[in-house]
Amino acid sequence: MATEDNTQRLVDALVAGRDEFTAQWNRTVSGNLQGRLSTAELGRELGELYEAIVQALTAGGLSGRGEEFAEVRSLLIELSRNRARQGFTPSETARSVLALKDVLEPALTTDGHGAEIYLQFARLLDDLGLLTTEAYVRTREEIISAQAEQLLELSTPVVKLWDGVVGVPLVGTLDSARTQVVMEKLLQTLVDTNSTHAIIDITGVPTVDTQVAQHLLKTVVAARMMGAQCTISGIRPQIAQTIVALGIEFGDIPTNATLAEALRQALKEIAQDAEDDARGLL
Amino acid sequence: MKQYATGAPAETVAVTSSSDVVTARQMVRTLAQRSGLSLVHQTKLVTAASELGRNMLVYGGGGVVRAAPVSDEGRRGIFVEFTDEGPGIPDVELALTDGWTSGNGMGLGLSGAKRLVDEFEIESGPGGTTVRIVKWGR
Repeated sequence: MATEDNTQRLVDALVAGRDEFTAQWNRTVSGNLQGRLSTAELGRELGELYEAIVQALTAGGLSGRGEEFAEVRSLLIELSRNRARQGFTPSETARSVLALKDVLEPALTTDGHGAEIYLQFARLLDDLGLLTTEAYVRTREEIISAQAEQLLELSTPVVKLWDGVVGVPLVGTLDSARTQVVMEKLLQTLVDTNSTHAIIDITGVPTVDTQVAQHLLKTVVAARMMGAQCTISGIRPQIAQTIVALGIEFGDIPTNATLAEALRQALKEIAQDAEDDARGLL
Repeated sequence: MKQYATGAPAETVAVTSSSDVVTARQMVRTLAQRSGLSLVHQTKLVTAASELGRNMLVYGGGGVVRAAPVSDEGRRGIFVEFTDEGPGIPDVELALTDGWTSGNGMGLGLSGAKRLVDEFEIESGPGGTTVRIVKWGR
């Protein structure tokens, strides 16, 4: 029964000192955040949180992971997500909760019994502080994976080089995920721009191993199935020697040392086709 | 394989995902640059490391890449060791045949890597596989 009495005394203290405590909590946290968050917003967040904590305690909970604290947890998760997005550190986020300890310490620890209550409450706040860190990290991970996806999109541009010629300048490593993106974009661009020639430039690919080569070959075969001529350009001397030593065969796929040469070749073929057209051969 | 004098303590990279293969490759490239290997030799070594690192990940379930600069009779090179605790290669001779693959690769990784380096040694058993390679500067 002692615990229930303690909880009751804690609730009484929290309700009686509501205005004073929230104001002081606000000050401590805003000092900590150095004005990077508006006082009104912070006041609203902490006010809601305070009410939710009092309600959870009234409902008889002293365990941060208990059912009574569902509301508190969802508020905290929202707070942590916002902090993570706004670029605050995990410590600053956790301190928003832990600061309540500093506020309550002098008010509660006036006697031995109060100190006991304070310790119980401090343990609860520690648990809630950990929860904010968890939510914070989860949000950051979501942001990172979203950025990785954006980067994947960004790093594989398909550009129109000339009428009928599209180019894919590849930079970095080519894994299956990127190959998929490159292939889809290339094939779609071939259709959209009504192009007959595609040039994949690998000047920016530092290592061409069997996996990269296999992905390149697949992309070329797919482009060919759409009726496009596909050239691989940007084969540097060291890459050529390595590919030969590895034993990779590019078969009848045309390759070039430079993008310029590949483009010249493509234009020549296009001109040849146009000439044949004019002569009525096709 | 002969034990060569190492010029610096070995650097290691644990490989458990394909991004670790890239990390291991970068480590080998940095070491090769520092040892003054030519661009062609650097590229060959790094490509071999990439093949062996990926083999280790795909067939051995991941492992450790250890690399160190070595020297012998005035020539400088890079030693790289790939160790996994996977099921091992049942028939090493067959695995070293061009075009033979137990997965869906091109079947050139192991044999190609052997051609890319100067010294190549493979030990495989039920307890795992170890591949050691050396690439000399010139």
